[in-house]
Amino acid sequence: MDVPANLKYTKNHEWALMLKDTAVVGITDYAQHALGDVVFIQLPEIGSRVSKGDSFSAVESVKAASDIYAPVSGEVVEVNTALEDHPERINKSPYGEGWIAKVRIENPSEASGLLSGGDYEELLRGEEAQK
Amino acid sequence: MRKGKGTQFPGITNLAFNEPLVFEQGSPGRTGASLPGDGRVETAAEPRRGEGGTADAASSQSIPRDMLRVPIEGFPEMSEVEVVRHYTRLSQWNYGVDSGFCPLGSCTMKYNPKVNEEAAKIPGFAFTHPLQPESLSQGCLRVMRELERFLCEITGMDAATLQPAAGAHGELTAMMIVKAYFADGRRTRSKVLVPDTAHGTNPASIAMTGFRAVPLQSGRRGILGKDTVRAAMDEDTAAVMITNPNTLGIFESDILDIAEIVHGKGGFVYGDGANLNALLGIVRPGDLGVDLVHVNLHKTFSTPHGGGGPGAGPLAVKEVFAPYLPVPVVVESGGALRLDHDRSKTIGKVKGFYGNFLVCLRAYAYILSMGPEGLKRAAQTAVVNANYIKARLKGHYHLPYDTPSMHECVFTDRVQQERHVSTLDIAKRLIDYGFHPPTIYFPLVAAGALMIEPTESESRESLDLFVDAMIAIAEEARLGPELLQGAPRKSKVTRIDEVDAARNPVLRWTPGEEAPG
Amino acid sequence: MRYIPNTDRDIAGMLEVIGVKSAEDLFGEVPSCCLLRKPLGIPPPLGEAQLLGRLGELARDNANLREFSSFLGGGTYHHFIPAVVGHLAGRSEFTTSYTPYQPEISQGTLQAIFEYQTFICLLTGLDVSNASMYDGASSAAEAVLMASRIKRTNRVALSRAVHPDYRETIKTYCAQQAGEIVDLPFDASGRTDLSALRAALSSGPKGGTACALVQSPNFFGIVEPLDEWGRIARENGALFISAFTEPIALGLIKPPGESGADIACGEGQSFGIPPGFGGPHLGILAAKKEYTRNLPGRIVGQGADKEGRRAFVLTLTAREQHIRREKATSNICTNEGLCALTASIYLTALGKRGFHRLAVLNHRRAQYAKRALSRVAGAQVRFSGPTFNEFVLRVKGDPAAIRDRLAGKKILAGIPLGRYYEELGDCLLVTCTEMNSEEEIDELAGALGEVSGP
Repeated sequence: MDVPANLKYTKNHEWALMLKDTAVVGITDYAQHALGDVVFIQLPEIGSRVSKGDSFSAVESVKAASDIYAPVSGEVVEVNTALEDHPERINKSPYGEGWIAKVRIENPSEASGLLSGGDYEELLRGEEAQK
Repeated sequence: MRKGKGTQFPGITNLAFNEPLVFEQGSPGRTGASLPGDGRVETAAEPRRGEGGTADAASSQSIPRDMLRVPIEGFPEMSEVEVVRHYTRLSQWNYGVDSGFCPLGSCTMKYNPKVNEEAAKIPGFAFTHPLQPESLSQGCLRVMRELERFLCEITGMDAATLQPAAGAHGELTAMMIVKAYFADGRRTRSKVLVPDTAHGTNPASIAMTGFRAVPLQSGRRGILGKDTVRAAMDEDTAAVMITNPNTLGIFESDILDIAEIVHGKGGFVYGDGANLNALLGIVRPGDLGVDLVHVNLHKTFSTPHGGGGPGAGPLAVKEVFAPYLPVPVVVESGGALRLDHDRSKTIGKVKGFYGNFLVCLRAYAYILSMGPEGLKRAAQTAVVNANYIKARLKGHYHLPYDTPSMHECVFTDRVQQERHVSTLDIAKRLIDYGFHPPTIYFPLVAAGALMIEPTESESRESLDLFVDAMIAIAEEARLGPELLQGAPRKSKVTRIDEVDAARNPVLRWTPGEEAPG
Repeated sequence: MRYIPNTDRDIAGMLEVIGVKSAEDLFGEVPSCCLLRKPLGIPPPLGEAQLLGRLGELARDNANLREFSSFLGGGTYHHFIPAVVGHLAGRSEFTTSYTPYQPEISQGTLQAIFEYQTFICLLTGLDVSNASMYDGASSAAEAVLMASRIKRTNRVALSRAVHPDYRETIKTYCAQQAGEIVDLPFDASGRTDLSALRAALSSGPKGGTACALVQSPNFFGIVEPLDEWGRIARENGALFISAFTEPIALGLIKPPGESGADIACGEGQSFGIPPGFGGPHLGILAAKKEYTRNLPGRIVGQGADKEGRRAFVLTLTAREQHIRREKATSNICTNEGLCALTASIYLTALGKRGFHRLAVLNHRRAQYAKRALSRVAGAQVRFSGPTFNEFVLRVKGDPAAIRDRLAGKKILAGIPLGRYYEELGDCLLVTCTEMNSEEEIDELAGALGEVSGP
């Protein structure tokens, strides 16, 4: 499983790239693999405000559907509309072309509540062991 | 391996015609039906010459011309011969209980008796109108009332409604009734407990009623533990929704304690009756502490599954819930039956009229044919059949729980996964062997589940053929996964690209579209 | 017992393989205190001949539409069912099949449902249909829930001229989500009062009404001006839901899609399904393309197999309960699959010209009946609006008593409306289809004249 070190993570398998004012958000390699081929994504509304932990998007495959929870609070300023016609990018490039939304960071201190790459890898090891 | 008399190998060898859509065939001017009437081809609703007259109430109320419609473009024009060939060919691509073994877990695909179909065709049932005078519908009302009585007797309940059209509909009706009960001068509650082995309709029905579904984890033995329920139960919990036996085929043996805990805090036990086939004549949900239970007539009571319905999901309840049942209720006074719409505490209606009457009629006929000993024998044989499969398959597939099974058993693909063969591959390969696959990937608690429910309708030979095929497939998996991953090969179509079908949905034929190659 | 192949001898052999002495040993997990000690209190078994005898007796206690002349409608209709329909829909490959979750061995059901979905789109003028709902009433209720999800508000404007069972069902479903229903009255023409619609939609919070729902032809048989509904709903940001109980009307009257309906819902029983004392029937639900993923129920899609051959498969399943569980668009699982198949066969058999002709014939017979019955002393067509095959007749005397006296003459004259609408306590709902010949209608008129009050 690919877990880039420069990103932050949540226990629900979202990743966040923390830039100066905005966070770019997507789902991890582990999540896309568990879902299978993505067939549809319900993108968040631009301009909507989300609180950390709110479900603000949903991703569907043939056999499953997953809510995506906002890793940080703030306003959704951009969404990756290309995913509407190319949902497979979430599978092929979950950290790159498969990014989902950009959220303007409202509360920088929330970042400390997110997991580091190392923490997330440990979480994944725990989940594998439970299977 | 036991082989059938004179046959080589169970499996399928198709005579499968190709057949386009109805919209892609036929020719202008053809028709497949004859209509009562004058035989003239009429094309517009103009008043005929000579009709009308002075006090003509009707002609001034003609439908405005701009609202009229010409014959619908795209509708087929086929002769009766072509219609019959079309659907006969389509039917031959299907696999039903009448074709062979359908061991679908928690579906109870038992044999559908043909005399029940005859019953449903009797004009004095098939051609009765729900709003004809009640005095002229005493036969229908009698069937309804007696079926309600039978279901109450079988489930240990006091009152019933035949209105829900399916199991999920029965669940929804029950949740609405529980909600209405608490709203009736009592403190409302917001939660319903549901185990992780629950069918997807359970939390969906809970949510549709505005309750919050609280998932509970089943334990290592595959059952819901009383301590788990005790920890979760509080005075904001309206009910626990429990299937017994559960979707692992295991009897929820803590049920009496669970019922006591839930009742102790003023809540109720709702039974999802999908697996009632294991209990008929042996034990009754009502005696196990259950307060409301739906039954699936298209499962336990032999009515045909129809490729997706129609079914029926009657709900039986303890007396305390009777006032809230949907209207109308069949009541008897002075030897005559009537429909009572005047029930002040009713939840209202969950569908039009009274329920899927012709489905109920079939179930009624089934119960009359089986009698008390027949139903009990059905349950016992269903449980013996399932345990026989379990005993014979045990060495070949992984058994996630060693708890005793009742009418169904669950295996997983853990052993086969070592050779990169999945439950899906096993299921698809079974098709080449001539079987409908069992339920796969459910319940969720057993990863890669294969849920097998034989029902009492299968002979020992039929079970042996199935087990032999499963063992042969396990062997194929051991030797190399290619054979399975390419399955099925002998069916009308091979594996379908479901991802593409979902990404680019084509959900109808469109006029002017070319038929694909 | 002929439905249970294994004999005691077969079972004994199997018990040996299992490793237990008796079948009772397999029920060890059941608390012994609860095991039934005596047989269930249901009647002893009947053999096949006896069963048919008993059922025959019960059937004889019912009037049936083959032996009575019937003018009953109101949500369930008496139409001619061609012999091919029952014959083909009764094939056991269709009736005894499971839900088509294994598409490779279910192409028959899947293609038939794809054809059904197409028929519904052609009939309603909308883009997508699901594989069926339970019936018209529950379909209407789920249409309202769907609109509420899309618009994220629970306020509904509902015409009082919608079938009473549909309104009651909508009310029951909406009550679970604390929905608000605004009832819209009907006027002297029998149509819903459009000014009340405007008021209801513009008075709520802006964008605050999820949908406006009307039935056409409505419960009184009156054809509603759907273009107006489409316009008013659109102007006020509400979804326009068009309902129907008699889909044969769609053979003569322009479809709701052309009037701007966002969702169409209703009853398909008229399409070759016997009245059956009210069930099973066929719930129809269709919508504009943009609402596809909000639809409840199963949907069949077209795809291809590994060899590139066209194949059909259940699709967009992530909306459904078995995947989405408590977040599903609905809890519906088993629907009315065989009834949808029946409808497809019926429509295919009638075909393009036959279906249109049938609709014209229905309309013509009902117009004839309106004229014949309004000539009966004291009887009068109650509403002035245009009708399809049903209309409300005011009669002289108690409608229920008149109905009962005519039933004595083997005529099922209509449905007394007092139970549903106090203001129509002197009226019957009369329905004419292609099954009512002009002679039969004349007979009704004559008999009505005899039994009506002085």
